[in-house]
Amino acid sequence: MIRDDEFFYGHKACGGCGGSLAVRIALKVLGERTLLTLPAGCMSAVSFNYPQMSYANNAIISAFAGTGAVMSGLKAGAEAMGLKDYHVLGIAGDGGTADIGIQALSGLIDRNDEGIYICYDNEAYMNTGIQKSGLTPFGATTTTTPAVPGSRGNIKQKKNLFEIVAAHGIAYAATASVGYIEDFAAKVARASEVKGTSFIHVLAPCPTGWGIDTSETIEVAREVVDTGLWYLAEYYDGEYHLNRRPKEFKDVGHYIRRQGRFKHLKDEDINEIIRLRDKTWDRISGFNTAR
Amino acid sequence: MSGTRFISGDEAFAQGIRLARAQVISAYPITPQTIVVERLAEMVEEGILDSRFIHVESEHSAMMAAMGASAMGARAFTATSSQGLLYMAECLSYVAGGRFPIVMMNANRATALPWSIYGDHRDSLSLLDSGWIQIYVEDAQEALDMAIQAYALAEGEEIRLPVMVNLDGFILTHTYEPVDIPGQEVVDAFLAKRNTWDKLDLDKPVSMAITVGPELNEEFNILHHKASLRALETIKTVDDKYRETVGRSHGGPLRTYRTDDADYVLISLGSISGLVRSEVDILRNEGVRAGAVSIRMMRPFPKDELVRALKSARSVGVIDKDISFGCEGTVYTNVNSALLQGRCYIPAYDFVGGIGGRDISVKDIEECFKDMMSGRLQGSVKFIGSEVKDDQG
Repeated sequence: MIRDDEFFYGHKACGGCGGSLAVRIALKVLGERTLLTLPAGCMSAVSFNYPQMSYANNAIISAFAGTGAVMSGLKAGAEAMGLKDYHVLGIAGDGGTADIGIQALSGLIDRNDEGIYICYDNEAYMNTGIQKSGLTPFGATTTTTPAVPGSRGNIKQKKNLFEIVAAHGIAYAATASVGYIEDFAAKVARASEVKGTSFIHVLAPCPTGWGIDTSETIEVAREVVDTGLWYLAEYYDGEYHLNRRPKEFKDVGHYIRRQGRFKHLKDEDINEIIRLRDKTWDRISGFNTAR
Repeated sequence: MSGTRFISGDEAFAQGIRLARAQVISAYPITPQTIVVERLAEMVEEGILDSRFIHVESEHSAMMAAMGASAMGARAFTATSSQGLLYMAECLSYVAGGRFPIVMMNANRATALPWSIYGDHRDSLSLLDSGWIQIYVEDAQEALDMAIQAYALAEGEEIRLPVMVNLDGFILTHTYEPVDIPGQEVVDAFLAKRNTWDKLDLDKPVSMAITVGPELNEEFNILHHKASLRALETIKTVDDKYRETVGRSHGGPLRTYRTDDADYVLISLGSISGLVRSEVDILRNEGVRAGAVSIRMMRPFPKDELVRALKSARSVGVIDKDISFGCEGTVYTNVNSALLQGRCYIPAYDFVGGIGGRDISVKDIEECFKDMMSGRLQGSVKFIGSEVKDDQG
């Protein structure tokens, strides 16, 4: 299902960018007849710089808060023009989705307009310089939640975006990680077959913002799943399905200690992160085991 | 469906949008805009109008959905008012800068605070710089006709800009008048289906709504400005064609009345203009050489034409249903700039009134003319029929 054609190249994303990998793979699955919209954020900032356009398929920037609405407009416009055999795709970051864009996303799902919405989550406003978003994890230092002596950086947990989306009764929603790229690609393919709105929340490390080496993106994106700090799941037919149920979790301390954004955390903070993880796994223990 | 019907301004506009065959409609309700989108929703449900109605969750999304549809090459419509217009404000510059020929009806309404559902022009005039063409109509018939003409103007190859058509809230949106509804075949002869190269095309993929750095950003803005200026002429050719095919004309950017030899000219926007013209007739009967100008197009602003219309005037007044706090009415600012550039050095007065839906009576208009004639005003800005003592003592 992954084709050789490239639809996203010549862009200005940083080395090791997890977001650009997610975009590239999604387009390799969906192909050239994809009508893409992106709001303000890294993936639009690096790719629409006149005269160097980086998308080989049709693409249009949306106002920051408007991704879901532009998707509906593209779909209605394509219908009005009598087009057949195409995909409508929206790609937005964590801030563009869980914060400023959540209203338009909710409207899109409510209308159930056919299209795939992918949130690439690098866990802060990276394009503007690493500010806290609604999906920044507990303990991360950002430029607006700075870990000065005596503080722990961001003290809020990530919004539960996957279940917020699922609570709309959406036809298909999934979580993914660029560390498990086949799983992500398969979910994009599944989303593309849905009649109605589908949603994928893909974790995508940002070496610049996370304080990791550019060569570590995939490793870290796997480790976040293997430690149980992120879970791979789907929602369809009104039920949750867990894709991976690790027999035992890998060492959270190792995942935390290797990232610059967490380097101020003490052992007790890591214990708190483990406690929050276990609470999440208790809550999702009722998820079905996936197909 | 065609023939004369007794309908409100909102309904007239909806009929115009039906006849223009808008293909995608996205709208969020706000008083006093609601009737136009209710009627369109009915038409879509009943199959009278082949269009896709997108139930958006906000005005911001209404404009973004319209942009998406317009980017596909479809003819898109939305409507709003007041806070709704302000809520979608950032999207207006996207749509204008991206050169998407969307038509929007705005029901002119006061902006909060204090909260008010009634009409003034502060909503649209605060967005003159958004890059949209702005038209103000006077009655329900003009509303219907301009709904149709607006697409011909917006989609013109030399223009490619969005058009906002403004109707005074309640005074026009909710007042019933006899309106002639043209037949579909007549309107089809005037306005062809939208056919553009400037779109997302599956056979020729493009990127739209792009980023441009300082080395060329200004050039894009200058092209936008020049396209807007061309609308001063295009509105006339569009109207000529409308007269030839549909049989009705509303003219160009200005509607002048008895200005050729006028000593005193009062300038206004929208529905109040009819009352100004009747006062002109009264004064003419009394031997006063009065005249009136109704500005139909605030952007682009018809500077030269305005100066020509005021060439014989001894003084000029502007009725502003708005105020730019700490300065003056915005129409007045624009008129003064035109006068200065046209080397037309005559006294100009600003009559600010009708704010928050306050009625402007024919007596008030008579007072405006008297003020202009007597030169008795202390300053240049006067609040019509209202003075408030400073609350600081």
